Amino acid sequence: MDSGARVRGNPAPADLVLRRIRKVFGPVVALDGIDLEVNSGELLTILGPSGSGKTTLLKIVAGFELPEEGDVLLGGEDITFTVPARRNVGMVFQNYALFPHMDVRGNIGFPLEVRRLSRAEIDRRVGTTLELVDLKGYEKRFPRQLSGGQQQRVALARAIVFGPQLLLLDEPFGALDRKLRDAMQLEVRRLQRHLGLTTVFITHDQEEALILSDRIAVMNHGRMQQVALPRELYERPANAFVADFVGESNLLFGRIAAVREGRAEIGFENGLRLTARADMPIGTAVGALIRPERLHPAGAGAQSANRLCGEVFETIYVGTSHKYRVRLANGTEFLVRFRDTASQPSAEIGASLTLDVAPEDVHVFRHE
Amino acid sequence: MDDVATSAHAPRGLPAAVERRRQRLLAALGIPALALLAVLFAYPVLRLMALSVEGGSIAWYAKALGESLYLDVFWITVRIAIIVTVATLVLSYPVAYFLATTTRLGAALGFALVILPLWTSILVRTYAWMVLLGRNGIVNRSLIAVGAIDEPLALLHNELGVIIGMVHVLMPYMVLPIYAAMRRVDPDLLQAAEGLGAGTFRIFRRVFLPLSAQGIYAGCILVFVLSVGFFITPALLGGGRVIMIAVLIEQQVREVLNWSFASALATVLLVATIAIYGLAQRAAGERAGGAI
Repeated sequence: MDSGARVRGNPAPADLVLRRIRKVFGPVVALDGIDLEVNSGELLTILGPSGSGKTTLLKIVAGFELPEEGDVLLGGEDITFTVPARRNVGMVFQNYALFPHMDVRGNIGFPLEVRRLSRAEIDRRVGTTLELVDLKGYEKRFPRQLSGGQQQRVALARAIVFGPQLLLLDEPFGALDRKLRDAMQLEVRRLQRHLGLTTVFITHDQEEALILSDRIAVMNHGRMQQVALPRELYERPANAFVADFVGESNLLFGRIAAVREGRAEIGFENGLRLTARADMPIGTAVGALIRPERLHPAGAGAQSANRLCGEVFETIYVGTSHKYRVRLANGTEFLVRFRDTASQPSAEIGASLTLDVAPEDVHVFRHE
Repeated sequence: MDDVATSAHAPRGLPAAVERRRQRLLAALGIPALALLAVLFAYPVLRLMALSVEGGSIAWYAKALGESLYLDVFWITVRIAIIVTVATLVLSYPVAYFLATTTRLGAALGFALVILPLWTSILVRTYAWMVLLGRNGIVNRSLIAVGAIDEPLALLHNELGVIIGMVHVLMPYMVLPIYAAMRRVDPDLLQAAEGLGAGTFRIFRRVFLPLSAQGIYAGCILVFVLSVGFFITPALLGGGRVIMIAVLIEQQVREVLNWSFASALATVLLVATIAIYGLAQRAAGERAGGAI
């Protein structure tokens, strides 16, 4: 939202609007009343596990599927029933869908040829777009003569060369190895900002979503779970699904037992109590989320609102940090992540560990 | 393909000798089939070819390729084969497209209709066409009944009858390769083309047709090669008036008992067929050079 690339007046007008989209495949409800607004120039990621309906939603935006109910608006125009060819939407397919019988120039020139541009104009635009994706001089290559990353650049070039109003990316990084994927993610982001192109990106990879997005929309079982900034999504998930799906988490379910001065005490079935910053009536059923890195080794002597004593039963070394699984006396298990520093001695299995967590770091949400 | 299969099954670092033995064992599986072919096909063909140059003379070849009577037969054969190939292609492409794009049930029914004739004796089918196409056949009677014609059309015992019968017999050989090629076309490519702004006709011409072209080449070569050597259908539907090369060869063997000339004609047919096949393959390879 605060990306420096956008220099328009605020607030940015919503470019793509989805209203109450419903889609059914036989007895299966694939999309159940989806509302979503994508702002002009924004990169919005639709994040969800497979079967969550995110691909169906993308197909409805592209026009390859029609919704049973609801509207799709692009730039204020209702395109719900407009054929894909007239939508002016660029799309990068999961497997790139490059035409194998056309060379790079033929592939990228295709949408321009369809729009009856002159040969010279096509050559000119293909040239500038190839420069943009760093593939100058590859005009005569065929897709099978290109590496995965190069194929993806061609697919991207083909999707933007005709100046679409909207760019759709359907899990485009899935087939690439890790290093290349990281590089391509940043490149796509750079290009998208540079062009100020409204973009909807689909992925099941939460890390990728956090890295790339202006905002993230999390879907599950055909429903929108939460639409938020990456940081907000990570720190203040709306429900247990989002908390669990995005990042590593310690999730506990209980009820508000006491409230005082903006602080709530949450009681859990096994007797554990946690203090959190929350404002909810006593008796509310809630979920509590503590991210592993928000648990700290207890400082000597200092009083703490939440002090947890337990025993390490598993240790995982991940280079930049050390992860421990800790079991409390009442049976509750926690995942803890400590930054791996020289001053921090590593704990062995069986060692006892005392942990503190600030009330601000216990995120509470209603849980029916 | 072989390389992939080998590397997938043979663990890295397997001694080359072990790998060689495995290859030899696999190759041994082909021996029975090769033996059968050698005894029942290669040997008779070579014997037949030997007949054509009996006594070291090429006189029979001079006759086959020098006399206009026989050159005409070759020309008629090639002309009919070309017409049959084109007609079969025109009729089969839509059928293949239907099979490749319809529902499972539609495809199952369609396939039954395409394959069933293949299971029926070619003699039965050819006689059926004689019933249909005769002066008093269903086709002529229906056309007269609706007033489209006054006199029965000559549909039998001429080139038209032969072509109709051959097209019918050969259609499955065109439908199947084209269908296979169409099924290999990635539906995402068609969606991609649509999303990029292409209309139905352009998607067909620029994406679907070129990608299914391999099947067209395969089907055309197959049908043409089969047509050139066709015997039963031209013999029966041509009624002795349409002499294709296979009919001529049969006459030489059965009626004239001139085995040497028959053998020379057969050799010319074989060489011509292989030559045409080779040229077509090369042309198809060049056309499709960029694809797949």
